[in-house]
Amino acid sequence: MSLSKVNVGTSVILHQINYGLNLKKKLQDMGLTPGVEFSVVSKTNSGPIIIEVRGSRLALGRGIAEKIDVEIVS
Amino acid sequence: MSEMNVAIVGNPNSGKTTLFNRLTGANHYVGNWAGVTVEKKEGYLKHKNKRINVIDLPGKYSLSTYSLEEKIARDYILNEKPDVIINVVSASNLERNLYLTLQLIEMKLPIILAINMIDELDRKGLAIDYAELERQLKVRVVPISAAKNQGIEQLLDEVINYEGCHEFLNVSYSQIVEEAIRTIDEDTRWKAVKFLENDMEIRSEYDGIDFDLEEVVIQDRYTFITNVLKNVIHHVHGYEPITDKIDKIVLHKYLGLPIFAAVMAFVFYMTFTIGSFFVEYLDYFFSEIVSGFVSNVFTTYGVSLWLHNLIIDGVIGGVGGVLTFLPNIAILFLFISILEDSGYMGRAAYLMDKWMQRVGLNGKFFIPMLLGFGCNVPAIMSTRTLENPKDRLIAILINPFMSCSARFPVYVLFASVFFKGYEAIVMLSLYLLGIFVAVAVAYIFRKTVFKGDETHLIMEIPDYRMPQIKNLIVHVWERVKDYIVKAGTVIFAASVILWGLLNYNFSGSADIASSFGASIGKFFAPVLGLAGFGNWQSALSLLSGIFAKEIVVSNTAIIYGLGETANLTQLGNVLGKAFTPLSAYAFLVFVLLYTPCVAVIGVIKRETNSWKWTGFSVAYQLVIALTLSTLVYQIGRLFIG
Repeated sequence: MSLSKVNVGTSVILHQINYGLNLKKKLQDMGLTPGVEFSVVSKTNSGPIIIEVRGSRLALGRGIAEKIDVEIVS
Repeated sequence: MSEMNVAIVGNPNSGKTTLFNRLTGANHYVGNWAGVTVEKKEGYLKHKNKRINVIDLPGKYSLSTYSLEEKIARDYILNEKPDVIINVVSASNLERNLYLTLQLIEMKLPIILAINMIDELDRKGLAIDYAELERQLKVRVVPISAAKNQGIEQLLDEVINYEGCHEFLNVSYSQIVEEAIRTIDEDTRWKAVKFLENDMEIRSEYDGIDFDLEEVVIQDRYTFITNVLKNVIHHVHGYEPITDKIDKIVLHKYLGLPIFAAVMAFVFYMTFTIGSFFVEYLDYFFSEIVSGFVSNVFTTYGVSLWLHNLIIDGVIGGVGGVLTFLPNIAILFLFISILEDSGYMGRAAYLMDKWMQRVGLNGKFFIPMLLGFGCNVPAIMSTRTLENPKDRLIAILINPFMSCSARFPVYVLFASVFFKGYEAIVMLSLYLLGIFVAVAVAYIFRKTVFKGDETHLIMEIPDYRMPQIKNLIVHVWERVKDYIVKAGTVIFAASVILWGLLNYNFSGSADIASSFGASIGKFFAPVLGLAGFGNWQSALSLLSGIFAKEIVVSNTAIIYGLGETANLTQLGNVLGKAFTPLSAYAFLVFVLLYTPCVAVIGVIKRETNSWKWTGFSVAYQLVIALTLSTLVYQIGRLFIG
């Protein structure tokens, strides 16, 4: 499912990033690699979200979150 | 005495500048948001009879040539070959920080790993086994706290005793990547790896090979780090970060924006009220005490009348008029620094992102805009944190519309004369108009000249930190000092020149109305007529304001030919005759929007590296200022008559 649909407090596993090369590389450099587990810590209505990944908080615009595929950790 | 060169490298917001300041005794500004340092800084120190030249590079997450900034850092490291690289990493965020470290190790660079902010580990319930980390990474590891001055001596000892690294860690990748590395270039492994990461520069070195393993390389690197850290980081006790607690309120779905609005309102309220408390006293100090004293001295020593007038009217009137507002400016900068240091700046960007998206910008644009309330020069430099060149250009071009503190005195003077009792509303309307114009112009740019890619927010959100008093003082003092220097140089010179222009013409000493100054003003005045202030005094005032916006206030007394004891009340009287409230407001709209001051023009030239865009910036702002002030005046006249 798309990261933009995940609720606050939920842990997810990154499946893939469907985004252009430059942006994808930047996100990966910042730790968002396939298989990494992270959680959504803040969210605004139809706005950006904040995730916590590999020990750092990252704010991501809605347009990016929509293009990140994740699986919810049960 | 021998000399060595040391570079400081690390992730954004890992404390590089704090360490740089600690090492060199410099006082560079440290903020709590990623991207405070946009320029490399140089300094030096002496340790045990060795001179160490230190260079602080802007923070990086990686060393690819995808972004210009990363390329600059890499080129510097490869070309300048510093003797030692201090790789600063944040202790509580090793996993992400070591990603850059691995690349440095891969490039066989002489690094010392400085684990910074170890004082925060305890609170977070973490413990790091430094010896184990050293053993695993095969590099020297020195735990430090740059802010608390811990471990700095040891770090310097390591630096001067550094003998090069004989054995480098082999960062191993999964089999498929290792095979590719063998095909590409086994001898210079790092180049082969960078090739696989689709590094533009390296790609061009190896023609005819193709792999699609970028994702695997990055993933492998992180897996490697995870394995290293298994035996290095120990969780001593659990804890709920205070940052998360604060964010639950500050970033709340519904409360977030109102809280942000309240914070900004508070900042401006304090700037206005506390600052204005001092204005009266400073005004009295300059126009009565200083003028009176100098006047007495001059009379005693029989100084000629023209010099007497020049000093009293021109210099003390002009420079003093500007210095009167020093308290306001200091308070505004104090609050801006608190916003930066605490970590709130990034939150503001996050909260504004959704709204900025609607006009084709992202939340990160908001940081330079906020900084613009202080001064547009550092604000425009901070646009370097925007990755996309088109985004950056838009951010630079709209920044001057954010009303900087130099325009503040002009508003205060006019508002106190024409809108007594409603000063706050008038000022607020101008600040909001500035934001509105900035956003509207950005929107138009996005739809026309800078069409293209969507822009998205990617930004690290730091932990909250208590602002350090020393850091705040340094920052405010730097700004205050700039302001005083500007008053003593640019504004001083402008006052003297203006005084000359207003007292002479080709036939020598002249009446103000037939002076050079009046002629220049009369030449430009007709254009301003439609906006309601087509007198030569306004024209000349605005023209000289291009050197520094405060000059519009400082030269009012001179232009209107006031005597030696001009104070705010007397200024008010003359202005009251030259303007109606409506034309005064149109004038303020013009001051808000027109051509930026020379310092800003200079920084626009430097940052865009283009005379074309610099010229454009000057011209289009002038057009917008003329159009909007004319609209205000003409539409206003329909109602007021």
